[in-house]
Amino acid sequence: MLEIKNLHVSLEEEDKQILKGVDLKVEAGKVHAIMGPNGSGKSTLSYVLSGKAGYQVTEGSVTLRGEEVLDLEPEERAAAGLFLAFQYPVEIPGVGNMTFLRTALNSQRKMRGEEEMSAAEFLRVVREKAKSLKIDADMLKRPVNVGFSGGEKKRNEILQMALLEPKMCILDETDSGLDVDAMKLVARGVNALRDENRGFLVITHYQRLLDHIAPDVVHIMADGKIVKTGGPELALEVETNGYSDILAEVA
Amino acid sequence: MGFVEPNNALLDLWLDRAENQTDKGWSGQQRADARARVQKMGLPNRRDEYWKYTRPDRLTEAAVPTAELLSSEDQEIFSGFEQIKIVFVDGVFSPELSDALDGHDVSIELLSQTRTQEGHWASDIFGQLEAAGQSPVERPLAALNTALAEDGVLVHAKGATSKPVHLIYLRQNQSCDVMLHHVVKVDSGASLSFLESGAVGARSNLVLETDIEAAGSFHHVRIQGRDHQRLASTHQFARLRQESTFKSFTLTANGALTRNECVIELLGDDGIAHVAGACVGDGDFVHDDTVFVTHDAVGCESRQVFKKVLRNGATGVFQGKILVKQDAQKTDGYQISQSLLLDEDSQFLAKPELEIYADDVACSHGSTSGAVDEDALFYLRSRGVPKALATDMLTLSFLAEAVDEIDDAELINSVVEWLEGWLERRRT
Ligand SMILES: Nc1ncnc2c1ncn2[C@@H]1O[C@H](COP(=O)(O)OP(=O)(O)O)[C@@H](O)[C@H]1O
Ligand SMILES: [Mg+2]
Repeated sequence: MLEIKNLHVSLEEEDKQILKGVDLKVEAGKVHAIMGPNGSGKSTLSYVLSGKAGYQVTEGSVTLRGEEVLDLEPEERAAAGLFLAFQYPVEIPGVGNMTFLRTALNSQRKMRGEEEMSAAEFLRVVREKAKSLKIDADMLKRPVNVGFSGGEKKRNEILQMALLEPKMCILDETDSGLDVDAMKLVARGVNALRDENRGFLVITHYQRLLDHIAPDVVHIMADGKIVKTGGPELALEVETNGYSDILAEVA
Repeated sequence: MGFVEPNNALLDLWLDRAENQTDKGWSGQQRADARARVQKMGLPNRRDEYWKYTRPDRLTEAAVPTAELLSSEDQEIFSGFEQIKIVFVDGVFSPELSDALDGHDVSIELLSQTRTQEGHWASDIFGQLEAAGQSPVERPLAALNTALAEDGVLVHAKGATSKPVHLIYLRQNQSCDVMLHHVVKVDSGASLSFLESGAVGARSNLVLETDIEAAGSFHHVRIQGRDHQRLASTHQFARLRQESTFKSFTLTANGALTRNECVIELLGDDGIAHVAGACVGDGDFVHDDTVFVTHDAVGCESRQVFKKVLRNGATGVFQGKILVKQDAQKTDGYQISQSLLLDEDSQFLAKPELEIYADDVACSHGSTSGAVDEDALFYLRSRGVPKALATDMLTLSFLAEAVDEIDDAELINSVVEWLEGWLERRRT
């Protein structure tokens, strides 16, 4: 599904290397988790994968279902099936959430040469998906993320994911700022999307999200590299011992 | 300093255009006074304090300018609404295209048809608000208009009016100068919705004087026409009594030069005055909002919200002032002017001013200039929205604060659709 090879990334503005050779392969149907201390480069990885400006890939490659990703514009990556649930979803005053969702969906369909979804069909689909995430009509009407609580913003990210039905989902700290109930809601949304054709990369600082979204593989990232890979038990190890033991062990 | 044509020679050329200056009638004295006013002031020139950013030359030149007629299949804006249509073609009233002027719950007359009458309710307003608005800042083009305008509407709302009055300005002739002078009176407790749309003329000079009595309410939405080379100068003068409301919104797209002046006097306690503007300019485009709000009563609220989208070398100007007189306690004044610069060739020049003599007031003002928000742009693109479309969505988002000043959801929708059309035509 997603294959990252020897990825080196520096900041464009300053001479600072952030990713120092990341190798990672997420297979279809699998959930991979990346854990790691703050500042280790997890968000940077998610941004580079989705095409944010300001980063320079100095070495390495990324393919999505065999297709080279790094040459594509962000919108082309989205149409190719890549989705990033943002750590900090952006507020866009003056653009209604519904308009935003419909424009996104139909833009992707158009790029893929598919037929656009009719207004009526769209409304039906959004309402249905919103309901299971406890997103009410008011949240759909309001400007994108404006005045949303932390939990509402994250639920709105999952709604977008559910609607766009991407092939490869990257979730960056989707659990941060959520209480237990909100986290369960989000996890349920994610789990509903799990199937054999879809890959997940769940980035999280804490283990607790992984209680609800059971990962197949867990990676530990430190200082711009994957330093350790294992099964779900690795997340539990982080939970009990913190990062310092693992980091000491691989140092 | 370059050679500047002596103003009075040029002014004489303008004043000589008037045909009926011997007319007496109810407005004769006001016209004569305005003629004297403008002769004393001279035409604006670029050394004037409020003409530093926008050169007045093209508005004052004697030669009648030419502006190509816009060929467009667009439906007329607001065409879906119940309304009283009053159509001017190149500044000339068209009875064929207009609805009947009588038979409504608002009185509508034409300046041209009442001119020879000896008394008229409008004589307390016509040229009077304009004259009062000449101090402390002179507005010679408005005085010139009072002296010379041959026509305009005289609208008197005596109660709640059921339909908006819509002035539609059509063009037929590539080359023409248009002057119109409108007077609106809103009686105590009455309300009126007043719409204007269209490009008026190759060059136009419009004045709108609005007098709002206690608890009266006036809602104004104006869409300035899209003809690219047209030149426009407008002045609004509004006088507000106790607990009255004035809300005015202007949308401008295209036009080589637009100068919109708005002069508001809050003379009664607890009045509300909102003036807002959204403009989109692409290329040969200079757009200037010059606003002066005077608080001269207790507990009034004023808002100025101006947003300008500029690209391909377009220029935006904002000069906005809030003057709070000594007794105008509990004033709530707000002013924001912002530009979205879509490239480095475009520019925004802003001069926000506060002058406050009362001590118990809350006034704030801000002015910003910036490019599209990169984080928001990336967010939209990461969801599959192509860059050009995402930029347009953010452009609408930027304009929303001004557009939302319109006090009617349906009118907001038609303005947003209109803006979407403008953006779509430019999308690559
Ligand atoms: N745009 C940027 N400008 C400056 N520093 C950055 C930028 N993006 C990332 N960094 C730096 O890169 C490192 C990794 O950050 P980040 O990817 O956010 O880590 P994580 O998500 O693992 O906490 C940090 O030291 C951070 O300060
Ligand atoms: Mg992070």
